Amino acid sequence: MKIRIKFAKRGAMKFISHLDVMRYFQKVIKRADIDIAYSEGFNPHQIMSFASPLGLGLTSEAEYVDIEVHSTLDSKTSLEILNKVSVPDMPVLSYKLLEDNATKAMTLVAAADYYVKFRESYEPDFDFNEAISSFLSKDSIIITKETKKSTKEIDLKPLIYDFKPYENGYFLKLAAGSVDNLKPELVFSALYAENNRSLEDISLLIKRIEVYGIKETDGKEEFIPLESFGEDIA
Amino acid sequence: MYKLALPDEILLQVEKPARYIGKEVNMVEKDLKDVDVRFAMCFPDVYEIGMSHLGIQILYDMFNKMEGVYCERVYSPWVDLDRLMREHNIPLFALESQDPIKSFDFLGITIQYEMCYTNILQILDLSHIPLFSKDRTEDDPIVIGGGPCAYNPEPIAEYFDIFSLGEGEMVYEDVIRIYRENRACGGDRISFLEKVAAIDGIYVPMFYDVTYNEDGTIKEFVPNNKNAKNKIKKTIIMDLSHTYYPQKPLVPFIRATQDRVVLEIQRGCIRGCRFCQAGMIYRPVRERNIDYLKDMAVEMIKNTGHEEISLSSLSSSDYSKLKELLEFLIAELKEKGINISLPSLRVDSFSLDVMSKVQDIKKSSLTFAPEAGSQRLRNVINKGLTEEQILTGCALAFKGGWNKVKLYFMLGLPTETVSDMQGIAELSEKVAEEYYKIPKGERIGKVSVTASSSFFIPKPFTPFQWAAMCTKEEFLSRAKVVNDRMKEMLNKKSIKYNWHEADVSVLEGLLARGDRKVSKVIYNAYKAGCIYDAWGDFFNNEKWMQAISDAGIDLDFYTTRERDLEEVFPWDFIDIGVTKDFLKREWNNAKNENVTPNCKMQCQGCGAATFGGGICFENKN
Repeated sequence: MKIRIKFAKRGAMKFISHLDVMRYFQKVIKRADIDIAYSEGFNPHQIMSFASPLGLGLTSEAEYVDIEVHSTLDSKTSLEILNKVSVPDMPVLSYKLLEDNATKAMTLVAAADYYVKFRESYEPDFDFNEAISSFLSKDSIIITKETKKSTKEIDLKPLIYDFKPYENGYFLKLAAGSVDNLKPELVFSALYAENNRSLEDISLLIKRIEVYGIKETDGKEEFIPLESFGEDIA
Repeated sequence: MYKLALPDEILLQVEKPARYIGKEVNMVEKDLKDVDVRFAMCFPDVYEIGMSHLGIQILYDMFNKMEGVYCERVYSPWVDLDRLMREHNIPLFALESQDPIKSFDFLGITIQYEMCYTNILQILDLSHIPLFSKDRTEDDPIVIGGGPCAYNPEPIAEYFDIFSLGEGEMVYEDVIRIYRENRACGGDRISFLEKVAAIDGIYVPMFYDVTYNEDGTIKEFVPNNKNAKNKIKKTIIMDLSHTYYPQKPLVPFIRATQDRVVLEIQRGCIRGCRFCQAGMIYRPVRERNIDYLKDMAVEMIKNTGHEEISLSSLSSSDYSKLKELLEFLIAELKEKGINISLPSLRVDSFSLDVMSKVQDIKKSSLTFAPEAGSQRLRNVINKGLTEEQILTGCALAFKGGWNKVKLYFMLGLPTETVSDMQGIAELSEKVAEEYYKIPKGERIGKVSVTASSSFFIPKPFTPFQWAAMCTKEEFLSRAKVVNDRMKEMLNKKSIKYNWHEADVSVLEGLLARGDRKVSKVIYNAYKAGCIYDAWGDFFNNEKWMQAISDAGIDLDFYTTRERDLEEVFPWDFIDIGVTKDFLKREWNNAKNENVTPNCKMQCQGCGAATFGGGICFENKN
């Protein structure tokens, strides 16, 4: 059986790296005595895969991990047990059963929502709302991205699905996943560059709010939160 | 909102910020309203090392079980954060509450190795606590030291208010009680130190004066305060099956050096190797009850989620119910996907059978610690491991499918000759030859023998405390003798030889047997920028040599000088149970190449029976 677990990463937990979150979660599963399946071999490991790594310094209300189990209790009880053995700032939010042939969370990821705020005393010195509209009205937003081996040009425009002021900060819906992953800090630094400024790394407080996959219903493609691909276990 | 001592700007520019935020699984949280004594427990090295230390976890559990006491942790900030904290004048803080250490009642520092001494000064300095005990005021925590290096506390005596000698489980309830009583009646720092100086196992350095002879040796070590005892007896816990042990050990987010459950099966060692300090200071041997250990193992695995458990002791093969314990662990834990990591067991058919069940033979290697290259020298050091035992063990293991062997030696041991040194190469060769005695068709690849040698450092409270230590040059020339002989061996291509750094060994020698005068060296080195000396990347021998000469210290006096039998040692005021007479007898036996039977075979009257328990005591009654 495949299970998809959603959890949050709040407060000081933003300083725990993705690799350490993976190790942490293996121990959560052990402490909760989840009947997880193991790989074959002399050093078997838990069958577990994470949807999308979160950078150091970001908080999140939507981290996803898929696991494979031999048997399971209902969602409500499983949540209770998992939260009892979790640290308070990384609560487990949902525990859903997937279909046996379900696509891995990692492969599904297509978009993510972010809430971004400027850190105190790092606010922009120009009209930011105005800058967003002129930024988004362009036909293309070309930036050069440096990778280890080369530099390549990418157009951010088609990867920004939404970008607007929201509750003392900004809401963004951006392309995510293995093909076109766009980080919110890249959008902000492009916007700063557009205004002849450079963005200091530390300026932004970023929270991931949701991660989506694409689901086809009635011939129409829709962004669906990863947890909605599964069902609660009664 | 959460509270952190360090702002995001700093946490996001240092390596592994998770070292500084606390909040790990099983961290103890207490409401400060219910707390009247705050204890900061420190391991003066980086988080991943400190978090791996069992003693801290035991004491953390113990203190936090005391009502009104809140024990928190603090480790050495890594060099990147060290620099930033100095630059921004940020005081060192405890992980749990993130409050400054300076605001605590106690700062307890465990001292596990000599090369952490500059890190102790780093901790004090970053906490804004005066380095010297004499300069501290009522605003400063009481600074307590403990751990193996406290058995010669003199080189660091001036930096501590108190040392606890022995096992902490025994003494801290009294220390806390006296602290509260003293505070309740309006007593100050000095009156607390006077009261606490009366407890067994407590040493208050400022209450003692040392005078020296013209030749630099100690003339007298006498109390200058009526509350201070002449002799301080270590405290140990006799019943290890009814005491504190953390059922819910802390589980760090970042990978600690020990990323596993650690099960301490016994304390002390029956073997009596003459170079080994642990083998003397932890006497008598005390085992934990097997049922207690079984329950603990299951409970700790459940509460941590660790996927590995490891047994801890000085010599696990000597635990009387080892077979039953291992069989239980394999039956109970193996199918739950828990790995069992074995300490270096004596290699025999039983241990090989166990190892084949819990380890991947192809990847694992056999470990032997002959310590010396010849039987003669092994008799000198009382290492009861014969060449025949090693070769028989290897033969068995090679037939069982192993083909990697590690051999550990020491160079510079008392009475060592060129043929003893060459013996290291020759024994390595014999091990390799043993492999090729197996018929060709049954061998799995080539054999790999790794021989490593460390340099012998005489330690206090060992029969070798009188011995001379080699100079750096002498150490290196002995390593060359071994290496040259290695090159003449038939199977030299299967043998790898490596040796430790010699300069750091010499310094360890100075600090291990140093007196109060040596404290100036540590101060100078720290002021010159030395920290993390236990880390090869940071150790700076030139700065240390400068620190020694600036302090007017003669290195050879402390290292290469053989001591007179009647010399007063800086640590003589400590009573570890084992007597100086016994150690002298053993020093003499060493020189005469006499082997002394182990504690299980025959009691040697070392003195540790004074604690009224342990294996030697029980066998007599």
